[in-house]
Amino acid sequence: MSAALLLLVLLPAAGGAVLLLGRHRLDRVGAPLALGLGAVGLALAVVAAVGRPVVTVPFLGRGAAAVADGADLALAVDGLSAVLTVTVAAVALTVTVPAAVDHEARTSRARFFGYWLLFVAAMQLTVTAATFPVLLLGWEVMGATSYALIGFRWRLAGRTAAGTTALLTTRAADLGLYVAAGAVLAGSGGLHLSGLGGLPDPWAAVATTGVVVAALGKSAQLPLSGWLSAAMQGPSPVSALLHSATMVAAGGYLLLRVGPDLTAGGATAAVWAGAATALVLGLAAVAQTDLKQLLAASTAAQTGFVVAAAGAYAAGAGTGLLAGTEHLVAHAVVKAGLFVAAGIWLGALGTRAFAELRGAARRYPLVGAAVVAGAAALAGIPPLSLWVTKDEVLLGLEQAHLPGGAVLHVVLLVAGALSAAYAAKVVAVVLAPTAGRDGGSPAPVPAVAAALALAAAAVGLGGLALPGVRDAVAGVLDVEPGAAPAPSALAISGGLAVLVAAAVLWRPGLARAAERAPMQGWWSLPALLAAAGSAAVRLAGAVDRADAGLDRAVRSVPTGALAAARGAGTADGGIDRGVHGVAGLAVTGARHAAVADDRGVDGVVRDVATGAGRAGRAARRPQTGLLHQYYAQVAAGLGALLVLLILVR
Amino acid sequence: MLLTVVVLLPVLAGLVLVAARVPDRVASWAWVATSSAVVALVAWIWWGFDAGGGVQNDVKLRWIPTVDASYHVGVDGLSLPLLGLTAVLFWCCAVWSLRGTPRPRSHAALFLLLQTTCLGTFAALDLILFFLFFDLSIVAMYFVIAGWGHGDRRRSALTFFLYTFLGSLALLLGFIGLFLGSEPRTFDIVRLVEDPPWAGQDATASWVLLALFVGLAVKTPLFPFHTWLPPAHTDAPAEGSAVLAGVLLKLGTFGFVRIVMPTLPEAWQRWGTWIVVVGVVSVLWGALVALAQDDLKRMIAYTSVNHMGYVLLGLGAVGVLARGSTDAADAAGAAGVAATGAVVQMVSHGLLTGALFLVAGVLWNRGGTYAFARWGGLGRVVPGFAVLLSVAAFGSLGLPGLSGFVAEFQVFAGSLAAVPVAVAIAVVGILLTAGLFLRALQRLLTGDLRVPEGLDATAVGDVTTTERVAVVPLLALSVAVGLVPWLLVDVVGPAADGLVALVAR
Repeated sequence: MSAALLLLVLLPAAGGAVLLLGRHRLDRVGAPLALGLGAVGLALAVVAAVGRPVVTVPFLGRGAAAVADGADLALAVDGLSAVLTVTVAAVALTVTVPAAVDHEARTSRARFFGYWLLFVAAMQLTVTAATFPVLLLGWEVMGATSYALIGFRWRLAGRTAAGTTALLTTRAADLGLYVAAGAVLAGSGGLHLSGLGGLPDPWAAVATTGVVVAALGKSAQLPLSGWLSAAMQGPSPVSALLHSATMVAAGGYLLLRVGPDLTAGGATAAVWAGAATALVLGLAAVAQTDLKQLLAASTAAQTGFVVAAAGAYAAGAGTGLLAGTEHLVAHAVVKAGLFVAAGIWLGALGTRAFAELRGAARRYPLVGAAVVAGAAALAGIPPLSLWVTKDEVLLGLEQAHLPGGAVLHVVLLVAGALSAAYAAKVVAVVLAPTAGRDGGSPAPVPAVAAALALAAAAVGLGGLALPGVRDAVAGVLDVEPGAAPAPSALAISGGLAVLVAAAVLWRPGLARAAERAPMQGWWSLPALLAAAGSAAVRLAGAVDRADAGLDRAVRSVPTGALAAARGAGTADGGIDRGVHGVAGLAVTGARHAAVADDRGVDGVVRDVATGAGRAGRAARRPQTGLLHQYYAQVAAGLGALLVLLILVR
Repeated sequence: MLLTVVVLLPVLAGLVLVAARVPDRVASWAWVATSSAVVALVAWIWWGFDAGGGVQNDVKLRWIPTVDASYHVGVDGLSLPLLGLTAVLFWCCAVWSLRGTPRPRSHAALFLLLQTTCLGTFAALDLILFFLFFDLSIVAMYFVIAGWGHGDRRRSALTFFLYTFLGSLALLLGFIGLFLGSEPRTFDIVRLVEDPPWAGQDATASWVLLALFVGLAVKTPLFPFHTWLPPAHTDAPAEGSAVLAGVLLKLGTFGFVRIVMPTLPEAWQRWGTWIVVVGVVSVLWGALVALAQDDLKRMIAYTSVNHMGYVLLGLGAVGVLARGSTDAADAAGAAGVAATGAVVQMVSHGLLTGALFLVAGVLWNRGGTYAFARWGGLGRVVPGFAVLLSVAAFGSLGLPGLSGFVAEFQVFAGSLAAVPVAVAIAVVGILLTAGLFLRALQRLLTGDLRVPEGLDATAVGDVTTTERVAVVPLLALSVAVGLVPWLLVDVVGPAADGLVALVAR
């Protein structure tokens, strides 16, 4: 069992490392190795999910020498981790299939699948981590490999910049995780994730803030959503992997993991951030004219539901865990399938713009079927998967009894209606009767099969609505299932979705009306990140100038000394005149002294005698016979001499 | 005895090289052989080292009995990793220099002298001995920069020499302060630690601390004493920069943990907050100025200020924690984490910055410039260079899996209990370093191919086998520390806990 858990991480990590070290020599084995390790990984994930093992490997010190309690790499599989690890393994394996035939990953396959496998290993590490060091290891390696994957085709302009944006934005949020780790160490004396619970003030607030910030950044929630738009420059299989079951999902997972250990403030922040993202990015999605951009905005919006559910869980509603996990899994499957389909069309038709994708589903019926099924699920059409999970989220929020609950409810209902609108917009385009243009290469069969499999899973997960299935999932997650969403609630949300989708299909112009700034430009969120970047560079420029000033100031010291020496030379002439003046003064002084009272003289003499005695002792002091003092004097003298040499040379 | 052999072997070999007038090629290989022997000997010491056993391999010989200064050397968990770092980094520089350098015989002899001064400083347990080696390192480095540098090398070397020499005078003043406060008077570090000087005399102890702090801050370097560093690095040869940043800067930070913290525990506690402030300012200042650079080598040089700032953050936090809580075991644990992180950071920075400077040397060797504006799209023509630079850069920006993360995570996590606001500010440093390294990679490696004028773009040679052999061990060790940190932490941890206990007196 424990071995399965370790291998779940170590096998893809080792495979990735081998591919990266082997470089072009291993290009041919890249795809087969990734597929093989993906299949093995799925089997291992199932074994680990059933066995629920716990593994501890020494990290920051061994045994008693560990720097702190919880400084190990501790991995543990509980109900939540079991669901996630299987989901990650299954989706990763499925999208490896289209990756193996993707047009953008044709060359440098060892590098592509090397980073791919490392990324999967990092995600598996993240969802099984039980201590902060291992969580950060997985979390940040995932960020770095996403940089390499998004910027995979680095020769093309803008690709590396997109990766840089993704890495820097998520890392800005990751800083919260470093702070949270420190707060947990300060408050609990250890580095266990579970140490987050029961922290004394102020560490509970500090740790909660850190975790929530890190999760929101990774999940592309407001106001850090902009990186997701840039990340769409990456190859489509990368988008299918990163923006469904992994990376973006990791933030939602983390909040579900620590849930009740968060403070009330953290719970409220998560709920509102999630709800706001669901609404705002939902609007942005409706406004997109590019399939991948639409899917990306939708990913942020749908993850918003997960984050809101996690907030509800943190506020005490057990249904929140159930709802968040179900929505995360269902969305992962739906979105992976849609990204795979988008990648197929990008390869076959060379475009992802709606204007040129018109009628694509008619020319590629199987891909079209997958897209329509996935879009229907995304829209929340009964009885497909995201319909019921959205209602679970609403139920969780209701049970959490948060202030402003009614507003939240309305916001999320509207966000749900928006997902119906943008999903219907996709369907309307690809089913449109006019073909964009002739030509286009055939769709690779394995990729189509993967898209269909994911679409089938998206439809099948509608089974979560069945009471027996719901109770079983709750049992796996070890949470009290409570009452299921009321039929009336399900009818309202389902009816709303059907209504909105039908309206958009009937009059696609309704959705096109949204295609304007600022929504189309993601509410300027990418521009916000760019502005933050250039502000940092400008600040750096100012500090650099200050540093140059500091350097000049330091250099002016010897220059000043030189000037002082010249001044002394000039003064030398003056001294001659001064001596004559002093002589004159002395004569004058003597006359005055003669007039002065004898009384004072006695005292003066005594003072002089005492002073002389002191001076004598002081003069003897350097001649102590102690070597170190001579050495110091020599060194000081040497230093002065050197400065002088430099100045007069 | 073994330790003395390690310390003196390089300088003796250097003397032989100078005296015997061997041919150039022989001199280069003799240098490699000597540094290989040093690596083997340090490995042997490491193998027999007992992490919980305090100072080991110690030798004490009468030297200047009137002031109780002796030849006293030894290793503990704080110095052993740095001895290892010195041995490895000089070996890498020896291999690097096989590709050819002017006047190889005197070059090798000078580096061998430099190696002895560094090893001697880390091994010294006597203030006079420490100062002797510490000061000689400046002299040797001066000649390295002035003799084998490029650009405005004489001026840079002179700036370096004067600045750091003035710093070491302040240090000497502080040493004398420690001596005068001891009873009976001694220069022996072990005895000074056992019975801290100026105990109970706050004002005097603070002045002594100031002198020591300024002296070591110049070497480290910390804001605002860092301005000698960029010109020295820019004009030094690659192997000189690697040693200067990789090892010589550690002489400064090592001085804090070996001498200042244990001998002036009360003063360190009292001024802990201010030391943290200096550390945090260095972190941000170094990172921001580095971000603004248009020259790869100057950029790397400023990241050293940033990375050394983390060390001071951790060490200052130890003082604050020791002051705040004499009874809470949790705080002591956090202090141990911070101190361990600070020492690991010294080793990690040595490995990664050493590698970065050697790799940057490839640019100078091929095109005679480090300017970002003159290079671009190098990933297309020199993939090996791109890989080495990227790995070193990601290590330096603190990616988990490499050594920098292990160090910085511990510094942050351990310090937060003491100085939460300072840590919250300092973590921004790792975002800035991430930004500046990613920006550098983007400018140098991607985009359109661009090389300095007069150079054939397709003829730019990739890293040679010699260059690879010199750089890869540094990166491999960094990965080893990143993935299996207990290899290093098991040695550092107990010694760091001991240091915390000494500061908490």
